[in-house]
Amino acid sequence: MNLLNVKNLSVLIEQKLLIENLSFELARGEKLCVLGPNGAGKTVLLRALLRLVPYRGEITWAPDVRIGYVPQKLEADRHLPLTYNDLFEAKCKTINVPTKNTVEIAQSVGLTKEMLETPVGHLSSGQFQRGLIGFALIGQPDVLLLDEPTASIDEPGEEHIYELIGRLQNQFNLASIMVSHDLTFVSRYATTVLCLNRRSLCIGSPQVALSPEVLKNLYGEAYSYYHHTHC
Amino acid sequence: MTSQESYATVLALLTALAAGLVGSFAQMKRMSLAGDVISHVALPGLGLALLFGINPLLGAAVALLLGTILIWHLQKGGTLTTDVAIGVIFTGALAIGTLVTPSEDLIEALFGGFQDLGLPAFLVGILLVLVILTYIYTSRQKLILRIFSPELAAATGINVSRVDLYFLLVFSTTVLLGLRFLGALLVGALIIVPAAIGRQLTHTLTAFLSASALASVLSVAIGLAITHYYTHLAIGTITINLALGPTVISVATILFVFSFLRKKN
Repeated sequence: MNLLNVKNLSVLIEQKLLIENLSFELARGEKLCVLGPNGAGKTVLLRALLRLVPYRGEITWAPDVRIGYVPQKLEADRHLPLTYNDLFEAKCKTINVPTKNTVEIAQSVGLTKEMLETPVGHLSSGQFQRGLIGFALIGQPDVLLLDEPTASIDEPGEEHIYELIGRLQNQFNLASIMVSHDLTFVSRYATTVLCLNRRSLCIGSPQVALSPEVLKNLYGEAYSYYHHTHC
Repeated sequence: MTSQESYATVLALLTALAAGLVGSFAQMKRMSLAGDVISHVALPGLGLALLFGINPLLGAAVALLLGTILIWHLQKGGTLTTDVAIGVIFTGALAIGTLVTPSEDLIEALFGGFQDLGLPAFLVGILLVLVILTYIYTSRQKLILRIFSPELAAATGINVSRVDLYFLLVFSTTVLLGLRFLGALLVGALIIVPAAIGRQLTHTLTAFLSASALASVLSVAIGLAITHYYTHLAIGTITINLALGPTVISVATILFVFSFLRKKN
């Protein structure tokens, strides 16, 4: 049985159609990457899957599915006296799972004890992002939804985060739906690619979806930029 | 000290404890402005109740409930106009409240004062304090996640809108408790200033909550002690009348200045 079935999904916000008639499936362990230009509805798609925005159509998750979410560019208030220790504990208690597993999770995302005890606003962008991924892993999710998880990180750090995500997916046998602009990463890790520009332009294996014709159709003039910088 | 004075003192100190804790979360939620408005919304309720000879705290409670629901709706919208609307409510409530409050009661409604407390009112007050403390203790994890990121909180299964409403209701209940001795104009300060002191001095959540609660209780205790022994302060030819509300908030403000200087050093 699939983890997720999406059928004829449309999202209309403030009279603007952001996603139109989108259908796809996600199997256990599948790594789905969502590609598309800015404003294509990628973030909206993840928010709809989490039921954070109103939508039409069907979104059917497997019963008792556990979802971990890593949002895009979350700006932590530098003045908050909150640490990842506080946040991990808060999530454990909210979803009723033991707090003892957080030590292992922190280790798996590369957060030291000192980083766990540092207010989140004082962490580097890479450390902060690792914490968000750790936060998503609490509760042993079956699937991770990741929205450009390296958007606020410099390039060397970006590579590490992608490596980390790939390793964690294999380690915990996680399915994932990831929005990413990094075609190199997508071609290396994804098992399925969804090209989205309000409607689904293509869905299939990276070899099919990352062909120059599909990408040109998806990104238009901007494709040459992506082609030169990422491939 | 009579038993009625003791009741009033104990309830004031417990209210301070609640105000320090509620204020800490209000500061992290960056809702000091909305919080201040809520306290001013109590004034028209107080005034109307006095005008019609009803228990003024009952009038304040009704006004606070209406104000809370109004501000909750404005916050849910999350638009820029929320600030403007809050500004309008603030000045409107103050103006209407001043108009309808009988002039002989106005100073006390605005700035409070120490009043003896009967046993039934004391017990109701204790019950409200317990409700506030229980809410903070049992919901602090949800509040923390809501403060960090409403989006992540919602994705974790938290009903963010409900958390916001309950917190505003707890905030309003704290205002109602403080209204008796601090008045509509100053009660908001007991929620805001001690949390500002706590934030200056600490870096962790537990320390922040503890320091804010301590600063709040200390401000009220020192204010009560000063006004218990002195009715006025004479400096040369100037005489300062030591009313309870202004004294408590002045003590809190002085503590804030010390905390600010300490952080600077």
